[in-house]
Amino acid sequence: MDIFGVPHQALLGQVMLGMVNGAFYAVLSLGLAIIFGLLRVVNFAHGAFFMLGAFIAFLIGRNLGIGYWPSMIVAPLIVGVLGILFERFALRRIYGLDPLYGLFLTFGLVLVLEGGFRVAMGSSGHSYPTPPALRGALDLGFMMLPMYRAFVILVAVVVCAGTWVVIEKTRMGAYLRAATERPDLTQAFGINVPLLLTVTYGAGVGLAGFAGVMAAPIQHVNPSMGSDLVIIVFAIVVIGGLGSVLGSAVTGLGLGVVEGLAKVFYAEASTTVVFLVMALVLLLRPAGLFGQEEG
Amino acid sequence: MMAMPPALRRGLMILLGLALLVAPFVPQVIYPVFLMKMMCFALFACAFNLLLGHTGIVSFGHAAFFGSSAYVTGYALRDLGLTTEVAILAGVAFSGLLGALVGVLAIRRQGIYLAMITLALAQMVYFTFLQAPFTGAEDGMQPIPRGHLFGLVDLSDDTTLYYLVLAIVAAALWLIHRIVHSPFGHVLRAIREHEPRTRSMGYAVERYKILAFALSAGLSGLAGSLKCVVFRLASLSDVHWHMSGDVILMTLLGGMNSVFGPAIGAVLISALRHYFDGLGAWVTVVVGLIFILCVLVFRRGILGELHHLLARRPLARHRLKEQPNASI
Repeated sequence: MDIFGVPHQALLGQVMLGMVNGAFYAVLSLGLAIIFGLLRVVNFAHGAFFMLGAFIAFLIGRNLGIGYWPSMIVAPLIVGVLGILFERFALRRIYGLDPLYGLFLTFGLVLVLEGGFRVAMGSSGHSYPTPPALRGALDLGFMMLPMYRAFVILVAVVVCAGTWVVIEKTRMGAYLRAATERPDLTQAFGINVPLLLTVTYGAGVGLAGFAGVMAAPIQHVNPSMGSDLVIIVFAIVVIGGLGSVLGSAVTGLGLGVVEGLAKVFYAEASTTVVFLVMALVLLLRPAGLFGQEEG
Repeated sequence: MMAMPPALRRGLMILLGLALLVAPFVPQVIYPVFLMKMMCFALFACAFNLLLGHTGIVSFGHAAFFGSSAYVTGYALRDLGLTTEVAILAGVAFSGLLGALVGVLAIRRQGIYLAMITLALAQMVYFTFLQAPFTGAEDGMQPIPRGHLFGLVDLSDDTTLYYLVLAIVAAALWLIHRIVHSPFGHVLRAIREHEPRTRSMGYAVERYKILAFALSAGLSGLAGSLKCVVFRLASLSDVHWHMSGDVILMTLLGGMNSVFGPAIGAVLISALRHYFDGLGAWVTVVVGLIFILCVLVFRRGILGELHHLLARRPLARHRLKEQPNASI
């Protein structure tokens, strides 16, 4: 069966691969949305922390022999702690200023981290082995889906759902939502909002580090792997609106699929299609698909 | 620049002008091609600041205008064989139009979203040039002939080109100065300070913003075109988001509340990149650190801090009080 002259195997195959990219978009835009909601900081360094997660997994794997599974815990923790330090000593000083300074500050951090890794590790990529348990491929009937990629999609869905549960259903999440709406009132109720900000930033970038570990076996681990990604994620955030957690996850997955489809029908556009969708959304629904008009 | 005594300021300007005029005769002190590069970036930063400092719009995608103009000029010179001034004008026209287009889309959101939109659109421009057949992808477009000015003056000589670049950059900076101090510039600042109020006074805010975008983009494009002619090269690094970051840093470092402050930042950052080029990626680290320092402790920028110091003197404060509307 052909769809617009494209065999449906190829089509479905690209859709599946698009979903893998979409999984990363979803996890990253999720963290970006939570951080922006509470801290009013657009975390340009999100991609750099993603890269950091991948590099930590690679380095502790190579030098200490720590494998993939422990890395999934260790690397995000290290990234989270580094994020907390950055929040405490730098970001904290610019709360209350124009949010642009947050963008600039985290952009500076991107340059420092990327440049630093380029000095230490070189610009070329390092390969990271796929964990043995996830080698091989699943036969889906219409395509062979590498086991690891299926795993990535699954984990991303679990992470997004888990984050949603934490935010919507737990006491911690209630504090977070309260502080997002009215930080001053939340503070007046005796909740330590500055601590909440620190923890949220740490958790958000830890999530990015986690995505980095997941990406390590698929992509070459290299210093610029994060920033090209983060720009696409920005576009996704503009499309979805920073309003809702679920919205950013759905938009992320959806645009991964759109990118996959573009690869089938017009490969040259696959790098720009997300930005085109963004332009279209801006024309038709400026506040974003899931967003409310911002002030 | 009101905090600085006008006589001193005029003196400094004349001194700088004279120094730039005689510079090509002492290449052992400073290399003319490097000076031209600094002038291009000074123009780029001041043009960018039309949006950032004077309209309060943060574009994170100005490399798109700088770089695409360089490509268009390069294409006109190398593949179409046009004369230099036509090629430069073509680049400026293209980037100005692109700026208007980006502006139309970007101003549908505000503040931080606007910054992300410009970044995304610029990335789209980057990928377009990466794939376009005439750009040479990763290798860049080279070598581009410098061509003849008006079909007559050969520009392959560095000194001749130097004076052309100096004249054009000086004229463009003067134009920026005029724009900032014109009634149009005052409306832009009104938009920066209080957009709803400006709208309620009957100004078509959107139209002003789009025009500011087009002007800023066109002048940034002029800087890109000149750089392309000077180096005979248009490359992907001109359209890369690193370039957009660089121009933000130049502006921030020099001081965005002034007309020519960004030029100071541009000179410093290009000097840093030029003299420490051998250190490779360390330069990126240092640039990042300067960025962080600027945001944390140095938000006024060099010129801003200078004004602040001068304004603290009683005499200067008195003078400032006399001219409360004196723009910087």
